[in-house]
Amino acid sequence: MFSGPTGYISLAPAAFFGIGVYTSALLGFVLPLPAVIGIGGLASFCLALLVGVLTLRLKGIYFAIFTFGLGEFIRHLLLFWELTVTGRRGRLVIQVDSRTVYCIMLGIFVILMLTAYFIKHSKYGLALQSIGQEEEAAVHTGVNVTMVKVITFAVSAFFIGAAGAIMATKWTYIDPYIAFNPLFSFLPVLMAIFGGMGQLYGPIIGAALLTYLEEFLITRFPYHYMLIFGIIMVVAILYLPNGLVGLTQSWRKGGLKQPHANT
Amino acid sequence: MRILEGEGVTKHFGGLTAISNVDFHVEQGEIVGLIGPNGAGKTTLFNLISAALVPKPGVIRFKGEKISGLKPHQICRAGVARTFQSVKVFGNIPVLGNVLLGSLFGRSARMSSVDAAREAMESLEFVGLSAVRAIPAKDITLANQKRLEVARALATKPELLLLDELIAGLNPTETTEAMELVTKIRDKGITIFMIEHVMKAIMGICDRLIVLHHGEKIAEGTPQQITNNQTVIEVYLGK
Repeated sequence: MFSGPTGYISLAPAAFFGIGVYTSALLGFVLPLPAVIGIGGLASFCLALLVGVLTLRLKGIYFAIFTFGLGEFIRHLLLFWELTVTGRRGRLVIQVDSRTVYCIMLGIFVILMLTAYFIKHSKYGLALQSIGQEEEAAVHTGVNVTMVKVITFAVSAFFIGAAGAIMATKWTYIDPYIAFNPLFSFLPVLMAIFGGMGQLYGPIIGAALLTYLEEFLITRFPYHYMLIFGIIMVVAILYLPNGLVGLTQSWRKGGLKQPHANT
Repeated sequence: MRILEGEGVTKHFGGLTAISNVDFHVEQGEIVGLIGPNGAGKTTLFNLISAALVPKPGVIRFKGEKISGLKPHQICRAGVARTFQSVKVFGNIPVLGNVLLGSLFGRSARMSSVDAAREAMESLEFVGLSAVRAIPAKDITLANQKRLEVARALATKPELLLLDELIAGLNPTETTEAMELVTKIRDKGITIFMIEHVMKAIMGICDRLIVLHHGEKIAEGTPQQITNNQTVIEVYLGK
């Protein structure tokens, strides 16, 4: 939703996800589940607003590196806090049965897709696209670029935070390393690239296929699965710059077949 | 009435003074040309007016109100639109979408999407691009991309339009058409401030010229006065 049209790669999902996870750990035993999820999302939303205002003037790779650093920073800060102030390493999380978790995740997903669809087809969707292509021209055409970027960034953070809050309940025990695992930042980007960033359904296809592939490889090749997984990703990035969606689109058009499409 | 006015406008880039203590003004309804050799600071001055850069020191006023210090999008919504020396269209967005962005986010940003779409179409028709409205902006000719930039700027409903080298890179026919377009825009009641290198073109349509050299204003006057100005001749031809 945010990275696709604007071309700003964010590696901050782990940070927002972790915030959600910790909200769940801290409040899960006190507050009802929907409230916990809402607060997890809101906390991420606020953090994204703050970070966005400070850093969205960074462009390209600098923005990516900063957002990656953000997750790492919060993780170490939290670890330090837990060890020195509260004197523990991890926390227990309230358990929720899988069915409820599934339903809530599905609910978050549906709301997310509706929001993304709505934004894409509103004037802000057009603004986001214009920012991705000629940020300077967008500014001089009256688009409040900073605001559009920060708000969209924060809205997408809300959903990641909410997802983190509900996912935490599946783990029963969490510590900063689990909650702020950098893999949560890289995987979404890889899924998006694999599926294709141009369309809303691209990342969904990418996510579905990659998750399936990951499970399949773990069961078949428990020791080498990360290696095979990595090779597939490298091949995908090299030969499918527009992802699977881009591949099927160029097939449909015919004629313009990419020579390496089948590798 | 002075629609645009600059007082003591200065801009340093590190040790380089790009614009040095320049006073200028543009009257409502005029076409004013800004000329000068390469590196004279013309585009820098435009960047200062449209707030891509901030003058330090110096004040720029639009319709009597200070606009230096505002954000670029606020300048646009106040009624100052611009085009770019190196074309900056939104390449993957269709031509109509490019213009639509202007009418959605420009001065009349509060209007409904139906009205915005109608205004965008009007803008496109005005510059003569309605036939290519569905094509991605990167796939149309340079001359048309320049027209598209003008249409996008017009869609924001400006009172003052800054044109940065509209003619550069166009062939003679396209140049004539572009000049006609500029006159047509002025006839709509929009004031024009334009940078141009093609002397023949600019001498023909400008009411007044401002000449910059090494960041300083060295002359100002009607095209007639400028062509006879000794300093200008020296700068352009050497002593």
